[in-house]
Amino acid sequence: MAGYILKRLLSAIPVLIGISVIVFLIMAMIPGDPATAILGSYATPENVAALNEDLGLDEPLVTRYFIWLSNMVQGDFGRSFALNRPVLDEVLERFGATLVLAGTAFVLCSVFGIAAGVISAANQYGFGDKAITFVVLLGISIPSFFLGMMMILIFAVNLRWFPVSGMWPIFGDRTIWVLLDHLAMPAIALAVVATGVVARLSRSAMLEVLRQDFIRTARAKGVRENSVIWRHALRAAMVSIIPVLGIQAGFVLSGAVYIEMVFQWPGVGRMLVDAILRRDILLVQGGVVFIAACYVLFNIAVDVAQSLLDPRIKT
Amino acid sequence: MSNFLRLLARNKLALGGLIVMGIVIFFALITPLLPLADPNVTNTADRFQPVFSEGALLGTDHLGRDLLSRLMWGTRLSLAVGFAAAIIAATIGAAIGIIAGYYGGRTDNIIMRGVDMLMAFPYILLALAIVAALGPGLLNALIAVAAVNIPFFARNIRGITVGIANKEFVDAARLAGKSDASIILSEVLPNVIPVIVIAMSTTIGWMILETAGLSFLGLGSQPPVADLGSMLGEARSALITNPHTSIVPGMMILIIVMAINLLGDGVRDALDPRLKSGALSRPMPATRVDRKGPIPEAEGDDLLALRGLETQFHVKDRVYKAVGGVDLNVRPGECLGLIGESGSGKSVTALSVMGLVASPPGVITGGAVYFEGEDLVGAPYSKLRRMRGKRVAYIFQDPLATLHPLYTIGDQLIEAVSCHRPIGKSEGRAHAVELLRQVRIPNAEKRVDSYPHELSGGMRQRVGIAMALANDPEVIIADEPTTALDVTVQAQVLTLLDDLRREKGLAILFITHDFGVVAQLCDRVAVMYAGRIVEQGPTDAILNAPAHPYTSKLMACVPELGEGRRRLEAIPGLPPVVDKLPDGCAFADRCHVATDACRRGEIPLDPLSDKRRVRCIHPVSDPATEAAQ
Amino acid sequence: MTEALRLTGLSKTFEVGKRLFGPPRARVRAVQPVDLTVQEGETLGIVGESGCGKSTLARMLVGLLPPSKGTIEINGAALDNADPAEFGKKIQYVFQDPISSLNPRKTIRQIMEAPLINLHNMPAAKRRERISEIFDAVNLREEFLDRYPHEFSGGQAQRIGIARALAANARILILDEPVSALDVSVQAQVLNLLADLKAEFGLTYLFISHDLAVVEAVSDRVAVLYFGSVVEVGPAAEIFANPRHPYTKLLAESAPVVGRALKAPEGRATELPDPLNPPEGCAFRARCPRAQDICAVDVPELHEDQAKTQVACFNPND
Repeated sequence: MAGYILKRLLSAIPVLIGISVIVFLIMAMIPGDPATAILGSYATPENVAALNEDLGLDEPLVTRYFIWLSNMVQGDFGRSFALNRPVLDEVLERFGATLVLAGTAFVLCSVFGIAAGVISAANQYGFGDKAITFVVLLGISIPSFFLGMMMILIFAVNLRWFPVSGMWPIFGDRTIWVLLDHLAMPAIALAVVATGVVARLSRSAMLEVLRQDFIRTARAKGVRENSVIWRHALRAAMVSIIPVLGIQAGFVLSGAVYIEMVFQWPGVGRMLVDAILRRDILLVQGGVVFIAACYVLFNIAVDVAQSLLDPRIKT
Repeated sequence: MSNFLRLLARNKLALGGLIVMGIVIFFALITPLLPLADPNVTNTADRFQPVFSEGALLGTDHLGRDLLSRLMWGTRLSLAVGFAAAIIAATIGAAIGIIAGYYGGRTDNIIMRGVDMLMAFPYILLALAIVAALGPGLLNALIAVAAVNIPFFARNIRGITVGIANKEFVDAARLAGKSDASIILSEVLPNVIPVIVIAMSTTIGWMILETAGLSFLGLGSQPPVADLGSMLGEARSALITNPHTSIVPGMMILIIVMAINLLGDGVRDALDPRLKSGALSRPMPATRVDRKGPIPEAEGDDLLALRGLETQFHVKDRVYKAVGGVDLNVRPGECLGLIGESGSGKSVTALSVMGLVASPPGVITGGAVYFEGEDLVGAPYSKLRRMRGKRVAYIFQDPLATLHPLYTIGDQLIEAVSCHRPIGKSEGRAHAVELLRQVRIPNAEKRVDSYPHELSGGMRQRVGIAMALANDPEVIIADEPTTALDVTVQAQVLTLLDDLRREKGLAILFITHDFGVVAQLCDRVAVMYAGRIVEQGPTDAILNAPAHPYTSKLMACVPELGEGRRRLEAIPGLPPVVDKLPDGCAFADRCHVATDACRRGEIPLDPLSDKRRVRCIHPVSDPATEAAQ
Repeated sequence: MTEALRLTGLSKTFEVGKRLFGPPRARVRAVQPVDLTVQEGETLGIVGESGCGKSTLARMLVGLLPPSKGTIEINGAALDNADPAEFGKKIQYVFQDPISSLNPRKTIRQIMEAPLINLHNMPAAKRRERISEIFDAVNLREEFLDRYPHEFSGGQAQRIGIARALAANARILILDEPVSALDVSVQAQVLNLLADLKAEFGLTYLFISHDLAVVEAVSDRVAVLYFGSVVEVGPAAEIFANPRHPYTKLLAESAPVVGRALKAPEGRATELPDPLNPPEGCAFRARCPRAQDICAVDVPELHEDQAKTQVACFNPND
């Protein structure tokens, strides 16, 4: 197992390099003088010169890439000119908040999505199936930012159950309960869409598995129906559900951008949007590479989970 | 195409989606012709007019612009961008996927690594990076959304293409001298297009959401022009004071996307051939029973007796009479062979005994199955479950598909016991090892921890047999247990089964299509054709002197080793389809002795001699000669 | 009689675990070097169990798979390019699964026309004439031409497959398990049709099957394949009646026959050798009741044994 994890980690290196190349190339598409583009049109000539010096922007493309890469490997993601602080510091600080939000939503969507999918499949065409199918359809059709806004309107403004926005109150203690109070609405709003997708795929994976011969074998053995569904069928269905969860993590992370905007959550998504609108290119570049790298690592964890579940995967 | 539309129309939800989309698209198309206020003219004096106010049906926004007009123009824009992004992504993605999937090898490897690289980004990061580079704007948002969706299409289509490129008809096209380009365009593409359509119809909604999302963030359409997303984004600051400015565009997105999703599901269902045949439904724990006629009484003291068993498949408005009134009986220690061609109903008969016919679409519509005098067809599920595997056990055909791939064979053997009686961990393991020894699996202590994929076909089938033996059942129903095996392995498995039944006094119902196997294993044999028993009796008697013309013809068809090179007898024609069974004898049309009487009314399964019965007016062999033997 | 087909040292090695660059992780010999000849007008049967390499061999013969080594000669002329179109005019293939060998989205006419257009550049009028000729030969009605494959039963679809192979006007047909997907009552129809066509058009057949009885019923000579090698070749009438190679004997004794008592012909390990880790010496040694010391050291060559029979064994049956 340790060997397998190491192998997967090593195989991530070319992917990470590829990611950095893609981001670098996209950023190189920015028309005009790179330094001016990065710093914006209001930059002073001194700043432009400093940046050119800093990143060797007058060098050829390939050289620039390697300078940038080697700086990143050493932990130097550059400086955000709008915020006037190192990119990495800002990203790390914001990423914590995103992790809390997206992590909670991911757990919610996995648990509820799989449960809904299994129940739906087990009672195909029954009342429960129809109800779940409808809710799921609603979930995947509603824009998460609109859902978030409506939740604010109903639960925060009218019912006053939850605070309107933010992660922490401006004044007061920072306890776990305060956090949960702030987290509830954004996490649910973020989880709804992903839950719908997971539920749909779990349902079809379960239906696919339930028609397999080995389910008939289990029934022919006299296995109880509950055990047929949850032990035999779900385990086999997880083989196709787990990769979907890996992809869904990316979608949750993506959806977090909108939710952070709606709920004023101090996460990395909001940081990126603000940075784009301010043309703070180094912050965008660093943020994107950092999050993508984390996502790659997460997907390795998914692969490892898959190999634990499925003995047919050679470890 | 008309068939596709008919299927789509049958799906009420999809039809609803289609109607809503039709209306939305219609209004989007005629928006420029309607007498609407200019969507971009500001009038701050009239800002935040409520819904249904004078001159502004849906009110006005924070700059006093008419919301109805902005909504219609915004819808138009959102739809156009969403559809354009979907078409671009589908076209490019499909082209990449088809090329990678068709050529395979290094081409595939390099392309798919690139695709994996793009999929290693949470998709919005890539979209944000592209917008950051190109600058905010609706066209750039469109490019970003299309670009991030290309890998999804490429991967999906590649998978389908690999499957098609390995199909034999592609090889056949090559042998017919076709070039690669011609094969891709005329053989592969027509088979991939339905998948592309499905993928597109299920992702258009998503694309509309995504472009709206980018606009919501202020990275898509730029003021004063607005799509639905930027309308929502602009209204956000006034959410609490004037919620209607947010609700109007938000609900519109919801309605559009929901209608598209409903329609997309309908398209998918209409194009997926498996759904057409009802094959994607979940089989229930036990076959549905819907007996109309009187239930036949048990007679005799057989261990297992089928009386007038009828099992049908109800698919849409068609009824397939797979089993049309079968009588069989098995005594303790006896091996009864049930022989027939594919589609004769022999497996359905076997599965009906313990209610294992997949349902839907299977329904047991008549007859009874008596086990020790008790009717199993009418029994409640809980009782059936307690008998399954304990009193009547099954062995199935394909040993790889019938074992759970993710549990060790030991776990699966222990479970066979533990679902009928509590069993401790070490006792269970010991029992599992003992079972494996009984079926002569070498090195049983080690093999008990193996997974099914680690065993060869013959070994897996031995595990299947061990599982059937786990609770010392009285009856084993073996459904073509050696058909998937090589001959040398088949010989061993058959020998094992024969030994076990003699040792343990098992009754076996053995389903097969092979006369050689029946001859070697079974005491008695029943021959099935088009869902009915046509002949039944002691194996030797039937094989030496078949009475039903079908049996005799079928035996003559089968080449047998040692008979040398020869021309084979053939039965002309095809078996009847069981949803359109002819009147009278189902074999009459292929029979060389059939008369008019054969095509009328019910032909009974009449006794031919003491132990033999045949469903024929003109049996081949003379009962008198047989009696003399 | 002249030689229709000659294989010399034909072998295929698959690479397992290919990498983007550099050598593969392992190589698997699917077909060991095979030498075989088929006379014109002859039916050569090839039997073997799953995994013995018979399908790989068949696919090499029609050019769907380039051989790793060795040559294929047709009527004395070597075919050394792996161009299916070149092969297609001389040698054709009938597939095991009749339904999946027909494109579900094409009419039978389109399927039948493909070889006529691409291999023979036939004009439309001539094509129509030729198709109706062939359909007549395989007992199919011409009205079938405008239908789609899913409307046919397995037996009819296999007739269409045979008709397509005939359309290319090749004189040699490779029949890869042509009846194993069919029911026995239909199987006989197709086998008889194949025999008629052979007589009518003077064809040469290579008939591949796992079913010994079928092979015996249709073949002049039979080659037995085990683990990628030909272990015995002989006249069909002889080979199962008096098997020389112990494996041939095992096969013959395993086939279920009416009137023969059930007994497992071998008690020893039945596992096929691992292709990734092939054994030294004779591949059948571990299962062989007649194995000797030399079998573990040397690989037995296929050699003339008795009249018309070749066997690859150091200690053949009497």
